[in-house]
This record gives sequence, C-alpha cells and structure tokens, in this order.
Amino acid sequence: MYSYSEFDEAYVRERVAQFTHQVERRLDGSLTEDEFRPLRLMNGLYLQLHAYMLRVAIPYGTINPRQMRQLAYIADTWDKGYGHFTTRQNIQFNWPKLPDVPAMLSALADVGMHAIQTSGNCVRNVTADHFAGAAADEIEDPRPVAELLRQWSTDHPEFQFLPRKFKIAITGSPNDRAVTRAHDIGLRMVRNEAGEPGFEVMVGGGLGRTPMIAHTVRDFLPKADLLPYVEAVLSVYNVLGRRDNKYKARVKITVHETGKEEITRMIEERFAELRPLFGGNDQKLLAEIEEAFAPPAFKSAPTDAYDAFYKADPTFRAWADTNLAKHRNADYAIVTISIKAHGETPGDATSDQMREIAALAEEFGHNELRISHEQNVILPHVHKGDLPAVHARLVKAGLGTANVGLISDIIACPGMDYCALATARSIPIAQEIATTFRDLDLEHAIGPLKIKISGCINACGHHHVGHIGILGLDRAGVENYQITLGGDGTETASIGEKTGPGFAYDEIVPAVERLVRAYLGLRASAEETFLQTYRRLGIEPFKAALYEGEDSQDAA
Amino acid sequence: MSRRFIPKVVTANRLREGDVVYLTADDRWTPHHHEAELIEDEAHAQLRLLHAAAQRLYVVGAYLADAKAGPDGPEPVHFREEFRTRGPSNYRHGKQADLV
Repeated sequence: MYSYSEFDEAYVRERVAQFTHQVERRLDGSLTEDEFRPLRLMNGLYLQLHAYMLRVAIPYGTINPRQMRQLAYIADTWDKGYGHFTTRQNIQFNWPKLPDVPAMLSALADVGMHAIQTSGNCVRNVTADHFAGAAADEIEDPRPVAELLRQWSTDHPEFQFLPRKFKIAITGSPNDRAVTRAHDIGLRMVRNEAGEPGFEVMVGGGLGRTPMIAHTVRDFLPKADLLPYVEAVLSVYNVLGRRDNKYKARVKITVHETGKEEITRMIEERFAELRPLFGGNDQKLLAEIEEAFAPPAFKSAPTDAYDAFYKADPTFRAWADTNLAKHRNADYAIVTISIKAHGETPGDATSDQMREIAALAEEFGHNELRISHEQNVILPHVHKGDLPAVHARLVKAGLGTANVGLISDIIACPGMDYCALATARSIPIAQEIATTFRDLDLEHAIGPLKIKISGCINACGHHHVGHIGILGLDRAGVENYQITLGGDGTETASIGEKTGPGFAYDEIVPAVERLVRAYLGLRASAEETFLQTYRRLGIEPFKAALYEGEDSQDAA
Repeated sequence: MSRRFIPKVVTANRLREGDVVYLTADDRWTPHHHEAELIEDEAHAQLRLLHAAAQRLYVVGAYLADAKAGPDGPEPVHFREEFRTRGPSNYRHGKQADLV
C-alpha cells in the first residue's frame, strides 16, 4: 500500500502541532468555542452526546497491521479499549478527552494516519470497494486513483469551503460494492470498445433527507482525464451549489435543480478549460502510486487443508459459505471478518480483536487489511490452505461469526446512544434483530438480506439502500421507527420505498420478523432472495404482513 | 394567554472531559440531573442560561432542557435528555458506570 512521502509526513506533523496549540489556546481561554469549533472539526473532533468523538480517516478503507495495532493502542491509552468502524470506512473513538486529543493525533501521525477532512464542507475520505486489489471481477485496483484523489483533495485551496460536504466513492469492478450511486461522485471502472480501462462518472447521488441515485454524466472517461474531470465537477458545484440553504446544498440538489443535461454541459465546458492545464504530472504521480499498490507475491501451496475442513467441519463450512469471496487468484480467498457478532454493536472491535486481526494479516494475509462500509474488516489475500487456521483463530477471538450478507450483518449508525444529531437509537435495534433471528435459527434459511439502520434522517446507516431499511425518528417525544423496503446499494441501485406508519421501539423487531416470515412464505424458491421476491411482487404483500390486524384493532 | 412555561434545567458538556453537566441553584456544575436547579420562570431561565454560557472555560454548548419535578429532584422529560443522564445503552459506559 501507499506509504507517506516526506511531504505527507511533514504536512500531517505540522497539522498536529497547529492543533496542539489550538487546544492549548482553547483551554486557556484565548479561543472561544465559536472560534475553536471549526478548528476541531477540521481535525475530526466532534462533541457528541456524552463525550467528544474523534473520527480517524482510513483512506479508501486500506490499513496495514502496524496501523491497526496503533488504533488498538490509542483505544487502550486514551479511550475505553475499543473503536467503532463506520459506514465511511473510518474509525471513531467515542470517549476522548480534549486535552488528550493532540497526543492521539500525534500517535496517529506516527503510523501515517490522521483525522483531517473527516468533517467539514470539503472532500471527505474517498471510499472504495473493500475487495479492491483482490476481487475476481475487478478490472483494475481502484486504490491508486483513490490515493491520487486523496492527495489532490487534501487541503486543496479551492475546495476547502464547498457549499456542503463532498463524498467520492470508487470501484474497479462492474459489481458495485462501494455504493457508488449514492455518492456525490461515483466512479465505476469500465472498459471501452478498445478494451481500455476508464470510468463511468456518476454525479449527484446521496442519501440523507433527500435520497437520490446519481446520474451518469460520462459513460466512459479515460483514466488519464480523471483528475481534471473531477475538478470540473467540483468547480461547477462550487459555483452553483446552494449556500443559502443547508438542506439544499449538496450536489444532488444542484444536479436536480440544474438538470442532468445542463449540468453535464457545464461540467464538459469546464473540463475543456481545465484539461489543458494538467500537463501530465498527475499521470507521473499516478504511475508512482500504482507501484506502491503492486499486488503481493502470491504463494503456490496445496489447498487440501481447505477442502478437507470444508467437507468435515460444518462450522467451518458455514463460515466459508458466507464470509469468503472469490479472489482473482484461484488458490486464494477474500476473508470478511464479521464485526457483527450476534448481540454486539455493529462495527465495534475491542483493542484485543484489533491486535489479533493485525496478527492474522501479518501471518496469513500479506500484511493487508481493509475496512468495509458495511462495518466489517477484510483480509483481502488469504491462501486457501491457511483458511482453517485463520478461522480457528477468529473463532477464539470472538470474530468467527458466519453471517456476512445475512440478516444479522446489519449496518447501524451510532444513533442516539452516541450521536448528538440522532433522533432515536439504532444500536439496540440491530442487536435485538440479530439475537432474535439467531434464536429462531432462521438466519441461514433466510439467506442474503441487508438490513440498514439510521438513527436520524441524515442516513449514515444507509437505510435507503437497505433491502429492509429502518429509520429512527422522534415522534412527539417517543422513538419511532419507519421501514423502507427494496433499497439496493449495488450496480442495480434503488431507493427503498416507505411502507407506511412507523413502529414504536418495542414494536420494530416484531415488525421485521413479520416481514421476514412473509418473505419466507412468498418466495418462489429457497434461492429467491428477499430483494428478488420484493421486486417480483412489489410492496403490497409485505405491507399486508406488516400492518396485519391493524384495521380490526382500530375498529375494536 | 401565553402558553404555560415548561420547567427547565440548564445543561451543557464540560469543556475538557466532554461529559454532561447541569447547573445547580448555587452555581455549581453537577453530573447529576436531580441536583440541577429546576427553573420554573422563563425570564429566570434566560438569566441562568446567560450565566452558564459565560463560563467558557468550563462548559460548552449550554442550553435549556425540559424537565419536571420528581421525588429526588428534577427529572428529564425527553428521552434524549434521559439518555444524557446515564450514557449509551450498548455498554455500561459514561455516567451509569462513573457515578456509581
């Protein structure tokens, strides 16, 4: 993976030094909170419900074992011994104290990490396919381009005060695992007729209070044109974006109000101006970055152990069936480590677990790790012969849950257990859904089903693209949960449809159970997934199951 | 007729620690909701809020939160404020652990 250059190192150290002084000046009263707030947010420090929260960037979800160990050290030293992996491939610490934050940032800088641009109206952490560099279906590893975008967007003087935050997602595969269509800019690698790799460029996607699927503004953009083209998009947005109304300030609204044709024309016009200004240094830099992402030296070894365990051990087989994905090297597999043990908090890993994950990456995974937007951790390159050993170690560490892609592999934002913006809790709903279906022993029979929960309309939990989406709201001073159905975050992206009135805190899990039981009764075969059944039959039979008996209750 | 004033407490987060505190009648900041001053007059509430906001070296983001009288002192009205009195529901962290 990419290692910091001297320039990166000096830049991050300087920011730590600046912020250290800013904290000192806040604590001695030289800075007011109004003055300090934008400074702390620029460095990823929020003030939440019960404490400060530090959001640390994990660029395009790529992290090495040394960095993972350092996160564990930070969790033990200045927090409560755990970290929370987020839906933006970042990690959050929920309990830092203000005077300790400079030391935390310094410890991050020691391993080439930081919290810069994890907040504010700037280009946020670029997210990428969590199987990048390993997936069998991949055209090219998208991370060199993601790193180029990171370097270009970090402290870019023109884009530090955008109308609103700006999120870019990138995938190198036709199968979209990075929810690119729900980002301000989505980049999906495709080949043109000549077989050259380039990008489909999508603009104006987003979730939040106004969910929208992005429009394609370019079907094929040559790789060499990427930076000037992205700059053109941002430049058009920077001029047109609504600074008068926070709720209309994201580029999705700009695209919606301007119209796809007109905004495409404006982007192309700006691109024509910018393209000649890029003299090729970006491509030289990209070539250097690409070298840093060279694939590891894959080993040749027998895979017999895998075959033997797969036949003999049902626990291993269940895990292999759900948590492994196809690697481009047939002797390897991509391992998704579930951070979704039933009843635990989605995305939370203890410092011991982080250290064990780091050790596994060193011993069996060519020193590579990824964080997924689905709040799991990936060992992208594990030789099949090593899988039984890896599985045994994961089980021992409480990380062996065989549920990736199943009903308990839930995305949940921190919700009102932590977040100052939340209108209801998310985590306990996720915990209870997971344990309910485990106790019913239905999880594997149900098959692939994505439940996504947000604790407010801002949709950090991606509920709009959940097969079942749950949105927690405050209705007259009581937690209330609204259900959407049929959302999809992949290349066939769609926004879920609201079912109707919401459910109280103690009614939402039984409501989900009714939905799932309805699906089991409605599906054409055991192979037909929840989403397929929903698309075949529409919302009505699910609504009927959800609100069954309500009329008679009302009449009574 | 003006609407009846819903009683309030002044609450904020401590600057250094970030934890939740409440303003008492004798001008202390307490971690216990029930020790807060229950303010039943709107004008007095505004004065107390100004007093709180002026303590820039001790607290951040002071605001008035709805409250009601209880047997041991003021109690929160809204669930968000109730959560703030104890901490998250997924771990025994925050006040529910620190104040035992």
